[in-house]
Amino acid sequence: MSNKESFGKTIGVVVAVCLVCSIIVSGAAIGLRPQKEANKLLDRQTNILNAAGLLKKAGENIVPTYNKYVESKVLDLDTGAFTDTFHGATDPAIYDQYKSVRKDGIRPAEDTAKLIRRPNKVSVYYVKNDAGKVETIVLPINGSGLWNMMYAFLAISPDGNTVKSLVYYDHKETPGLGGEVQNLDWIASWNGKQLFNASGKVAIKVVKGGAKPGDVNGVDALSGATLTSQGVEKSLQYWLGENGYGPFLTKVRNGSLNNG
Amino acid sequence: MADWKEMKSVLTAPILNNNPIALQILGVCSALAVTTKLEKALVMSLALTVVTAFSNLFISMIRNTIPSSVRIIVQMTIIASLVIIVDQVLQAFAYSVAKELSVFIGLIITNCIVMGRAEAFAMKSPPMLSFMDGIGNGLGYSFVLIVVGVIKELFGFGTLLGFTIIPTDIIPPNGLLVLPFSSFFVIGLFIWVLRTYKKDQVEAKE
Repeated sequence: MSNKESFGKTIGVVVAVCLVCSIIVSGAAIGLRPQKEANKLLDRQTNILNAAGLLKKAGENIVPTYNKYVESKVLDLDTGAFTDTFHGATDPAIYDQYKSVRKDGIRPAEDTAKLIRRPNKVSVYYVKNDAGKVETIVLPINGSGLWNMMYAFLAISPDGNTVKSLVYYDHKETPGLGGEVQNLDWIASWNGKQLFNASGKVAIKVVKGGAKPGDVNGVDALSGATLTSQGVEKSLQYWLGENGYGPFLTKVRNGSLNNG
Repeated sequence: MADWKEMKSVLTAPILNNNPIALQILGVCSALAVTTKLEKALVMSLALTVVTAFSNLFISMIRNTIPSSVRIIVQMTIIASLVIIVDQVLQAFAYSVAKELSVFIGLIITNCIVMGRAEAFAMKSPPMLSFMDGIGNGLGYSFVLIVVGVIKELFGFGTLLGFTIIPTDIIPPNGLLVLPFSSFFVIGLFIWVLRTYKKDQVEAKE
């Protein structure tokens, strides 16, 4: 056996090991991709049902419940109308706006929520009751917190103004401080708050030191998590503003849902 | 082929006599964090056992061709690849547990048990024996994790694998056991009990 410590042998072994390992790893990644995508979709549907308050009702039957009650739409922020052409999927229920951001994303002119790029075609989920009337509108919201991007679903009433809940499902905030965006008591404090003031401007805010009793636009900030709280406020103000869902929600407030 | 007796001793010794956590005090970091619920502990145990066993097997198979100057890097590459595969499989088939374990699966790469067995055992032993050693050490790790997981979930939540065992209105759950650092107490007690029965594991006083 020749000397295995020689320069050529060392390079050879390293290259061979790397090659074999990379083939196996990429094979596993590609082979398991459909399964993983299905899991991610299921996870998203679970979160949407959670935001709409249907999770208990759904129990184990996430997909049937979702298909029965949730109607997915894709909104083109350029035209302000629903669209049928979008990247990466043919079904609006599967469309992932955060994935398409690389294809059709734009740099926001005023990037107050520190999105860096925002998708131009965004999802809107209509959650209906048994009679087929829209009961809740669920909107995906994202924005930077203290450490990283935070993702949430905002559930609002069909009046386009009253918050039902704000459910964060993915974030990297400090556990126990910013991580409290997932605290059930805090989520409950959003219920009933008004997003817009009488003149139609975005008025929802997160108040440091606690909102005054009776303040319909203010939610208590999280103590010890100033930057996370500001991130939440800025994400909401961006997405509800003129560059986000603002025009769509104005139409909803003027009765575009034809909800009977 | 190594004889059966040697295989058996290699497989069973790490469970009580030479436990990687209790005697060698390796891999404690992940044992602290993933034991709040028994389900997490089980999945983590399984993942680590698979990684240790197969990394030992593959490293042992090519041990005579690995140049000593780059041996740690080659070992790391193999271990890292295995961990990525395990992570992918978990994401595909056990998504909710994988999400809870998140970073700790990735951190198996730096788990001292895996590296330690690869360097100390697999580099010097034939493949099948190394494979058994990997499984044995994985079982040793699993044994401690499961014991800690059972104690923490039973007294911290009053449940086991999500099923209620002790109703919380009869014995209130102990919130301390839900926190990661309480594993220190449980592992400490575990080592104490083990060394009471196996006196040879007690370290000599300096």
